[in-house]
Amino acid sequence: MSFGHYIEVGRMDELGRIDSPVHRLDARVKAVTTIAFIVTVMSFSRYEVSALMPFFLYPFVLMAAGNIPPGYILRKLLIASPFALAVGIFNPFLDRQVLVSLGGYGISGGWMSFISIGVRFCLTVSAALTLLACTGIHKLCAGLEKMGLPRVFAVQLQLLYRYLFVVAGEGLRMLRSVEIRSMGQRSLRFTTYVSLIGHLLLRSMDRAQRVYQAMVSRGFDGQVRVLQPTVIYWKDIAFLVGWLSFLTAARLWNIAGELGRLFTGAGR
Amino acid sequence: MHMADALISPAVGGTMWAASAGLLAWCARRARKTLDDKMIPMMGVLGAFIFAAQMINFSIPATGSSGHLGGGMILAILLGPYAAFLVIASVLTVQALFFADGGLLALGCNIFNLGVFPAFIAYPFIYKPIVRDTQGGSRLWVGAMLAGIAGLQLGAFGVVMETTMSGISDLPFQTFVLMMQPIHLAIGVVEGLVTAAVVSFVFKARPVTMMEPVAANLEASGLRRVVIGLLIATVVVGGGLSWLASTHPDGLEWAMGKVSGKEELKSPSTGIHDSLAKIQEKTAFLPDYDFKSVEPAASATEPAAKESAQWPAVSVGTSLSGLVGGLITLVLAGLMGYGLMRRAVVSPQNR
Repeated sequence: MSFGHYIEVGRMDELGRIDSPVHRLDARVKAVTTIAFIVTVMSFSRYEVSALMPFFLYPFVLMAAGNIPPGYILRKLLIASPFALAVGIFNPFLDRQVLVSLGGYGISGGWMSFISIGVRFCLTVSAALTLLACTGIHKLCAGLEKMGLPRVFAVQLQLLYRYLFVVAGEGLRMLRSVEIRSMGQRSLRFTTYVSLIGHLLLRSMDRAQRVYQAMVSRGFDGQVRVLQPTVIYWKDIAFLVGWLSFLTAARLWNIAGELGRLFTGAGR
Repeated sequence: MHMADALISPAVGGTMWAASAGLLAWCARRARKTLDDKMIPMMGVLGAFIFAAQMINFSIPATGSSGHLGGGMILAILLGPYAAFLVIASVLTVQALFFADGGLLALGCNIFNLGVFPAFIAYPFIYKPIVRDTQGGSRLWVGAMLAGIAGLQLGAFGVVMETTMSGISDLPFQTFVLMMQPIHLAIGVVEGLVTAAVVSFVFKARPVTMMEPVAANLEASGLRRVVIGLLIATVVVGGGLSWLASTHPDGLEWAMGKVSGKEELKSPSTGIHDSLAKIQEKTAFLPDYDFKSVEPAASATEPAAKESAQWPAVSVGTSLSGLVGGLITLVLAGLMGYGLMRRAVVSPQNR
């Protein structure tokens, strides 16, 4: 988490408000499709690489039709990758049995499963990010609430999101004022850090009080009502059915393998 | 320590999702019953506070590294376990959606690892009994330290368990445990220190704020039910998962093989017979999965098996075709996307 991240959140918010065919689809349909996509990708055996390739179609199409800049998603993907890769990188060292041979070189099972982890990571993360970029947090929350997400949690998620910018902005201003006063010393000492965080906490709690008073004076009674026409049209159903059948097909047949055999003539 | 989708299997991810979702629903119901309306914006803003606090680092003397607040413990202290759990879950959801910090299917695991342990184990059973109602002083420091360490140790152990059960990483259980636990001991110490320092700061600066929160929410009876429920869930999950694991590493795949008889077809790129046997050898924690008995069943379902019989077992050709095919598909998918993008830009409706 860094300051760069904080600015990027604003970018995601802008993307969520674009008007495109994908953005106009119902949030529930997109959420269900994305979850189905992730589960399907994860259900492959750990050495699978080529059969996973067709799945890139889903994030690619969504990004393209939804006007989402791929570079933005890619950058987020790279920032998030260390943990999965750090755990996966041990596979090549632990599993040295040759599984595939290619032009005289043997590729061990460990490398195959490491590559597979990398591909899975790209697929699942880009699908999740694209889902949000194509939907926007408020529509997504409303949709999920219709699907049974507890209301308290949905409201809480939206409030958190709304005040993320405000509180983070406040924290950054406080941090800047400390930096200005600390003669170019970049990192905080523990005592300074504690009082900074403590004050930020107190300010946040005060803000919550004021927010509550403002909400009450506007008629808040413990429920946030969202004016959200959630109608499922034919195009939503078509989207869902189309992608689900693609997922099923790509799970049952190794489309990439078949294509490769067609082009290289192997196995004829 | 956010789990990624790429490292867990659907069985593990799904189970943890179910556990976390159930707990979330239960907490939400409880929060609706017992919480003051006032707490709704408070929870949201404190969630945002946790984000902001995670952006700010302090330097740890003599190590050259830096630390920051994790947030689970401090939320539990300020809001009580139920509300804290909801806030932690929402923070993790936002992190997963906006920062790709932890995947969507792994969200269940993450909520469990980072939410349940601090809110329902470390806070009520370690922090509360030690600190009681004292405001600051050594009890607070000891309690927060121990609770911080315990919460993170349990969370790290959860990560190890989930990763090992999923069987996608080759890291042996023992190595992974020895890697994760010491790192998280250090992180836990930092978390405990920061939590204790911030809490005692707030006590000193404004004692009233610490009296008011929903500490009254914590009823022993309700909590006991959570813990018993968790225990039962653990046993069921542990038993269920190990049963799944001993049949086949991946329940869904196993089911698909049963249904379609096409399990053989799933990796034509690797030279069917010998490489599948190799995979079989490798996934040796399922010794009694009878590979041979599936084969005749598959050859009974005609076209798939016929084709597989025609394939030569020359693995060079088939691996190459797998690679080429993969590349072609990737390019094709990219081209389709590119074509759509062109159309999207041209179409006047957008923007």
